[in-house]
Amino acid sequence: MHRIDCPWCGERDEVEFQYQGDATKVRPKPDASEDAFFDYTYQRDNPKGWHTEWWHHVGGCRQWVKVVRNTLTHEVHKTGGPQSKLPLPRRKAEGGL
Amino acid sequence: MTGINRLSMGGTRINRSKQINFTFDGKSYSGFEGDTLASALLAHGVTLMGRSFKYHRPRGCLTAGSEEPNAIVELRIGVRREPNTRATIAELYDGLEASSQNRWPSLKFDVQSVNQLLSPWLTAGFYYKTFMWPAKFWEPIYEKIIRRSAGLGRAAVEADPDTYEHSHAHCDVLVVGAGPAGLAAALSAAHTGARVMLMEEQAAAGGMVSTLLDEIDGMPASEWVDSAMAELAAMSNVTIMTRTTVFGYYDHNVLAALERVNDHVSTPQENQPRQRMWTIRAKEVVLACGSHERALTFDNNDMPGVMLSCAVRAFVERFGVTPGKRVVICTNNDDGYKTALALNMAGVDVALVADARIGSIPAANEVRAKGIRVETGMLPQKAHGAHTTSALSLQRADGSFVEKIDCDCIAVSGGYSPDVHLVSQTGVAPLWDDELLGFVPDIPKRRERSAGAGKGSFNLSACLTDGHDAGLDAVKAAGLKSGKASAAPKASRVEMTPPLAVWRCPGNGKAFVDFQNDVTAKDIHLAHQEGFKSVEHAKRYTTLGMATDQGKTSNVTGIALLATARGEAIPDVGTTRFRPPYSPVAIGAFAGHERGMEFQPVRRTAIHECGEKLGAVFVETGQWLRPQYYPKPGEGVMEAIYRESKQVRETAGICDVSTLGKIEIFGEDAGEFLNRLYINGWKMLAPGKARYGLMLREDGYVFDDGTTSRLADDHYFMTTTTANAARVLAHMEHASQVLWPDLDVQFCSATEQWCGVAVAGPNARKILQAAFYDDLDMSDEALPFMGVRTFTWGGTTARIFRISFSGELAFEVNVPWSMGEGMWNAIWEAGQDHGLIPYGTEALSVLRIEKGHVAGNELDGRTTAADMGLGKMMSYKKPFIGQKMAAREGMVDAGRATLVGLKLKETEGRLRGGAHLVVDKDNANAETSLGWVTSVCYSPAVGCWIGLAYLKGGLGKFEGQTLYAVNPLYDEAPAVEVCSAHFFDPKGERLNG
Repeated sequence: MHRIDCPWCGERDEVEFQYQGDATKVRPKPDASEDAFFDYTYQRDNPKGWHTEWWHHVGGCRQWVKVVRNTLTHEVHKTGGPQSKLPLPRRKAEGGL
Repeated sequence: MTGINRLSMGGTRINRSKQINFTFDGKSYSGFEGDTLASALLAHGVTLMGRSFKYHRPRGCLTAGSEEPNAIVELRIGVRREPNTRATIAELYDGLEASSQNRWPSLKFDVQSVNQLLSPWLTAGFYYKTFMWPAKFWEPIYEKIIRRSAGLGRAAVEADPDTYEHSHAHCDVLVVGAGPAGLAAALSAAHTGARVMLMEEQAAAGGMVSTLLDEIDGMPASEWVDSAMAELAAMSNVTIMTRTTVFGYYDHNVLAALERVNDHVSTPQENQPRQRMWTIRAKEVVLACGSHERALTFDNNDMPGVMLSCAVRAFVERFGVTPGKRVVICTNNDDGYKTALALNMAGVDVALVADARIGSIPAANEVRAKGIRVETGMLPQKAHGAHTTSALSLQRADGSFVEKIDCDCIAVSGGYSPDVHLVSQTGVAPLWDDELLGFVPDIPKRRERSAGAGKGSFNLSACLTDGHDAGLDAVKAAGLKSGKASAAPKASRVEMTPPLAVWRCPGNGKAFVDFQNDVTAKDIHLAHQEGFKSVEHAKRYTTLGMATDQGKTSNVTGIALLATARGEAIPDVGTTRFRPPYSPVAIGAFAGHERGMEFQPVRRTAIHECGEKLGAVFVETGQWLRPQYYPKPGEGVMEAIYRESKQVRETAGICDVSTLGKIEIFGEDAGEFLNRLYINGWKMLAPGKARYGLMLREDGYVFDDGTTSRLADDHYFMTTTTANAARVLAHMEHASQVLWPDLDVQFCSATEQWCGVAVAGPNARKILQAAFYDDLDMSDEALPFMGVRTFTWGGTTARIFRISFSGELAFEVNVPWSMGEGMWNAIWEAGQDHGLIPYGTEALSVLRIEKGHVAGNELDGRTTAADMGLGKMMSYKKPFIGQKMAAREGMVDAGRATLVGLKLKETEGRLRGGAHLVVDKDNANAETSLGWVTSVCYSPAVGCWIGLAYLKGGLGKFEGQTLYAVNPLYDEAPAVEVCSAHFFDPKGERLNG
């Protein structure tokens, strides 16, 4: 079971959260092309290793939490609010692959 | 004395002053408090405890612990009968009724042992080979045969009367295993003040220490164990749990354990669970899980009386029971000598120690000095006997026969495998150690470290140092101060001679590797020969390492034999990955309290009891219970629904609509926010007005609908469907937190703050006016259609909405949840003179189908707004979620199935949801299907069965035409006429009453 550090509530069990998928996608401006919306809606990378994901704290503060998580090892590197920029770990010492 | 094999002294775990009576296969025996079922049976000379899985060969216990593959029994009777438990860990209690399993008619005489004669066909992969074809034989014939012959035990048929609990724990250091290494780790960590949990699978601590031979800190090992446990128990920062198996090591250092709280008594004490499941969040973990001894692989090595060397010692030392009167010990490592010394001290005759190794072996000299015969370079060849061992043939490594020696117990040791199950669960692939002949843990991937035999330290002194260091390391890694460390416990270092790899003693008979699954050395060769060369494939093909013991005693031997077959080294073959649980866990323990009515919360509305009093039949809608219909005495379901839906249109009805999702939305930008969520516009909506809204998902399909009102300039009140309430809230949270954090909008769910009823029908206004007489002007001017008003009722704020799902003059009234019952009663009383009836979700559905209003059945996640006939609602003046994708080619295709109405043309029969619409009922298939029926009802207003459907081409192409609603499940294909979905009052005149 994952333990996720909610920026508002602190470290909590995975069961309090709802996984909401890829957090790297940015919604296009309303006047963007259909292709841009198609990409935003359907196209997803499936990275092996570090990934930025949404975990919605439904059983807690109900904030959408951004989580940098390793899909291979399940390690959580960093968490932040919806607008925070969370760089992926690069160096091996940080758990980079 | 309780049994012929009970020794006159010894037995650290038994209490000789307390005799316990029990039965096995109906026969009465007695044992002592502290005995296991296995030790008590052995004390009586009962070595036959089970029949093997496939060949039904007689089996006795091989081990003295949870890794037991053979002595699998049923405990207790009736509702508490539990199959597939291990006699070696089943603690005895007075009145225990145990029985063997997988035998008929009796354990001694098992008819299916003729399977042995069929063994050429029952080899590796026999399921795949034997029961291939014809396929139609599978269910009626093959499966029955397999189920009968290869069965394990029988589960109780009735519901389990006992309870199971879930508990949670946090600690700095979790120590798994209370053997010498685990105790040393717990002590060193606890002395620093860290919060320590120590979990031990067995009822008592001490692990594999030899109570007769080992000394720690200058005292007998058992004394040291007792004092260590007493010291730990006295510390407030330490929690000790025995009879607790840590069975799973999960992500982020979360571990799961099963505490057998009341398995050692006949019936759990009042208010106590049988078992308790623990979820432990540990900062750091010390794995002191010990090791498992392996058997030697020789012909008939599964004969009752053949037992692991450490198990023989454990029975003697812990329970004062000898597994035999005359013991031969076969070993490839030093463990056999330890057993020889222990047996010798206990006064048991050791006929011979046969060591596979040659050369100088210091341990051998010590044993010889006691006058015990030791032969080196000698291997077991074949065990002899019928239901129990009577003799053993011995051989040299080249297979040449040496001698046959009489004995009733053969203690075997094929070396030790560190128990790497938990560490393997963390994703660490174990490393092969060529000197130890076992897999040891590799570098940790989680916050854990191994200690003691589990790490490959087989020497007691190393175990203690290991454990001590691991405890301190864990404290340091947890970021705690280590303070002044205590000294490590000490034992004298014994010089050990490395084991010799002997994976198959020469022979052509049945030599078992995996006793539980009847996998022989030959099976592994065969699997390899047939192409199952990967260890994972060979495991599945032969079933090696499966079932309750998960191959604890057999995996390494199996892998070694596979390596031999492949002509490769063991590390190149690798291991299968271990997965939780470490040992079997009852489903009941996983379920805990979450069973029956406690499986999930039941949500009842504030006026649940009002409906109950009027005889409502309730239906589950998610977690909610909603009144489905209100049958009168003698009335059937259909009659009740008919009466309710008819009566609403004639007089009036009241319906509990509290379960609709309700969301209060505030803020300067609330209107803009709704504009972006819904396909239609909201900014121009005047305060005091409501509007029907439809929202799409980002992919352009319809997500949810509902009525949203504007209560003030910066205050809107949204309703959602009952089913989507939580999803809509999450969707809005995403929109406001992630997409548009700049908007000034705040909102929260108010579903359980407002109790709501709908009052519909020609008399609705009269009734409500009477109910709220003094407080509310309900005239058409004051409260026009789609009007909303806030008023004071009973000293509190209430809301009334003139909206209609039924097409009748209708209102929805909301009051604070706690006032719900008062509101219902007020309306109910006022309605008595006006023909008010309660109606449930079924009548609600009839009324909305008659009006062609969409609901959950139509909002199935695959429909566009236009499919539902609501395409014109889509605003082009503003952007909203789903707008772009809703314009894609396939979404606006003219050939899409759109909403139509259906009338059953036949006087007999009925319409059914899910039926497919076709032109030619004799040619109905996926290709000719033109659409499907979503909702149906018998309509009192129309006077026949009607339905809503999605139809390719829609009304434009098919209005007035006849199609067939094909339902192969019921073998029906009634004729239906396609019509507008607005069956009743298409102009909407009845909204005005």
